[in-house]
Amino acid sequence: MHLLHVAIVLPLMYALFAGLFARWKRTIHTGWFILPLPALLFIYFISILPGVSQAPLFASLHWIPSLNINFDVYADGLALLFSLLITGIGSLVILYSIFYLHTSEKLGHFYTYLLIFMSAMLGIVLSDNLFVLYTFWELTSISSFLLIGFWNHRDKARYGAQKSLLITVAGGLSMLGAFFMLSHVTGTSSIRTLLLQTETILEHPLFPVMLILILFGAFAKSAQFPFHIWLPDAMEAPTPVSAYLHSATMVKAGLYLVARFSMAFTPSDLFFILVTGVGLLTLCWGSYLALKQTDLKAILAYSTISQLGMIMAMLGFGSSTAILGAVFHIFNHATFKGSLFMVAGIIDHETGTRDIRRLRGLLTFMPITATLTLIATFSMAGVPMPILNGFLSKEMFFTAATELAKEGSLQAAVAPYVPIFAVFGSIFTFAYSMFLFFRPFTGSKDEADFPNKPHEAPAGMLISPSILVALVIVIGLFPNLIAGVLLAPATESILGGKAVTDIYFWHGFFNLPFLLSCLVATAGILVYFFRKRLDGMYRILPGKASGNRLFDGLVYSLEAGSSRVNGRIMTGSLTDYFQIILVFFVGVVGYTIVEKMPLDFMSSQLASVEWYEWLILLVIGLSAIVTLFIHHRIALILVIGVTGYGVALLFVMFRAPDLALTQLVIETVTVALFLLCFAHMPRLEKPGKKAPIRKILQIVLSVGVGVIVAVTGISSFRFGDQFEKISAYFLETSYTLGGGKNVVNTILVDMRGLDTMLEIAVLGLAAIGIYVMIKVRDREELK
Amino acid sequence: MNGLNDLILQTTTKVTAFLILSFSLYLFIAGHNATGGGFVGGLMTSAALVLLFVSYGYERASEVLPVDFKLFIPAGLLIAVLTGVGSFVFDQPFLSHTYGYIDLPFFGEYEWATALLFDLGVYLTVVGVTMTIILSIAEDDEKN
Repeated sequence: MHLLHVAIVLPLMYALFAGLFARWKRTIHTGWFILPLPALLFIYFISILPGVSQAPLFASLHWIPSLNINFDVYADGLALLFSLLITGIGSLVILYSIFYLHTSEKLGHFYTYLLIFMSAMLGIVLSDNLFVLYTFWELTSISSFLLIGFWNHRDKARYGAQKSLLITVAGGLSMLGAFFMLSHVTGTSSIRTLLLQTETILEHPLFPVMLILILFGAFAKSAQFPFHIWLPDAMEAPTPVSAYLHSATMVKAGLYLVARFSMAFTPSDLFFILVTGVGLLTLCWGSYLALKQTDLKAILAYSTISQLGMIMAMLGFGSSTAILGAVFHIFNHATFKGSLFMVAGIIDHETGTRDIRRLRGLLTFMPITATLTLIATFSMAGVPMPILNGFLSKEMFFTAATELAKEGSLQAAVAPYVPIFAVFGSIFTFAYSMFLFFRPFTGSKDEADFPNKPHEAPAGMLISPSILVALVIVIGLFPNLIAGVLLAPATESILGGKAVTDIYFWHGFFNLPFLLSCLVATAGILVYFFRKRLDGMYRILPGKASGNRLFDGLVYSLEAGSSRVNGRIMTGSLTDYFQIILVFFVGVVGYTIVEKMPLDFMSSQLASVEWYEWLILLVIGLSAIVTLFIHHRIALILVIGVTGYGVALLFVMFRAPDLALTQLVIETVTVALFLLCFAHMPRLEKPGKKAPIRKILQIVLSVGVGVIVAVTGISSFRFGDQFEKISAYFLETSYTLGGGKNVVNTILVDMRGLDTMLEIAVLGLAAIGIYVMIKVRDREELK
Repeated sequence: MNGLNDLILQTTTKVTAFLILSFSLYLFIAGHNATGGGFVGGLMTSAALVLLFVSYGYERASEVLPVDFKLFIPAGLLIAVLTGVGSFVFDQPFLSHTYGYIDLPFFGEYEWATALLFDLGVYLTVVGVTMTIILSIAEDDEKN
């Protein structure tokens, strides 16, 4: 057991006590008890960082060794980058939530879920075993579900939680399928080992299936097009949750997965097309839709979608510049998006609304918040000011997009179009970032117009966003502070080799990426000012074709469809069920006979039939046919009795005296019982006119059953002499072993006595059942 | 159900019922070596009993035969199971039977078999089952 194992499981263990701490929430906010844990973990991860960039840590713990499932942890640069984000932003979010959540909330629940989530995320990024990774993956889905539905008295929160669970779990399950294939193909479930078998994986015929299934999981988790629809609805969660899960950590799990596997998958063209294509599409679509939103958190949600798309696209490019850009942007996005969510929470908290149409002129009321927002939004927009980290990573994105042509043949073919998408998405990113800052903070508005009297947030609430914004600037000014120690190991662990990781603080004027940035800024400002004109375009492009509508329609039609199918099959009519059973019987047995068994009736060993046997058969057959046309119950029972006595006679003919005797008595008893019961029933009505088709169908079906049974019986007769019969043994040993001359009786009570014992038990149960049924009915009538 | 003037029926029943009863006992005991056995024997016995019930009416017949036939079922099952368990005493597998011969003073050589004990269980259960079914339906029938 390594310290890394402890680090992963510690939040989960600590979650057990969160409820306990919540008892004293009136005196001390529960968050204060929770805060030290992620801070401690953060310090731990920092402390192992220098060592890991030299040599990754690996530790193993037996879990299910027989299935190759062990709790293996592997800390390399990529895993540590994410671990630091998870614990670092986690600490800040918990600090923020202490001031954000009132003590009247269910704080115990909140922190329990949050700690479970933290454990799960650490588990995802640090585990080396496919199936352990999957376990933690689903744990994040579940804890995220609980957190989104935290205010479960709201309909929208429940809807959002359900939607996110359905989509992410669908992705997770498909990913599990791919993991099974991967571990089957490579013969190992250790990620580290299987990544080295690039050729085995890429040349396997199942590779496209595996790739698509894994990417489905990653795209669903990271809200990529078209699975992005759950993220905006997840904004019903408390704001600290949105900041933590839906900007910094969980949505990046998909990115982590793609990054982790890209070492093996990058040579594949399909990987490039899918990841780059979906990433660029998401980038453009998310930023395009973000401008349309009116809710602060909705804008941020679509912005997250679009930024994740950008990172995904860079992972798809696969060049070392692109990977470095992706890693850098993962870090940068966590800083500015985390702070933006917190700021949105502050605005919501202090003014009472998140509706951007009602917010105006907050600059005078909340100057500190405004400053924080300004820096964070400008960083997100990539405004060409080199004090913002967002600008640096966006430059790298443009560089990577324009340099793509130098790579392979397929990449060269699509390379000219990539910058177009990149610039288009960035223009809208720029526009909504401007919108996000200028709309709520500038202009003038009376404070009476807000639901609450707006004022600056308490200092405690401002600490976390301030730290994040400070990071934005520090990293913007001195990117190489983290480039060597944090980004380089991460890039190397994605690429699987050495990478050049100097981030230029300033490229100089007149290079292509800088010009593109200027173009984006100019066009973005234009789009921002003329955004009202875009309404017409929104009416055409998403128009009525929204992913939500599709999802809702899918869920609705699934439910409606299954209830229709059920309603159609589960009619409640015994006749229908019986017909279905018979149809399957005829179908399956008939198919087997036709396919597998040549119809070969053996006639050589048949016994000759005497005239009296014909006579008995005639009587039985006639009475059976007559029953079809009788509509009087008593007569019906009597005629059926004739069949029974006929069978008894047959037993006599075939020299089975015990059977004949029993059959005679039993037939008499059943006929008497039938008469007794049916005497009380109303006369059997003449069956109403059935639809002729239905009637013909029933006739065909019953004839079919008869024919099938007859054919099966006759054709299996020829197998009769293939095996030695046991009856010879019984005939020989009945007297010597059992002491009885009646072989049938000896078999019943001696050789196969167990059968008889259970049969009389059945009889006893039947009698008790009848007795109880009659008595219980009496008792109910008394009531 | 029973009229006052079922004299002929009741008189014949007096004779036939016991004939049937003894026949059923014969079927039961002879079962091991000739046609018959616990099952048919039990059915035949209950046929005789039913005849009594039919000709004398439920009330009078149950006065004469104050027997709770329901108890026959557990009794019969118990005997059958115990016969099986009994073979454990002799270190044999479940339901092992044995047989032998003894000389009776009057009847001569008689063959005994533990299987007959098992058959007794079957016999009692069958009597209990048929009588319980028929009587509870009949009783219910009379009430309505």
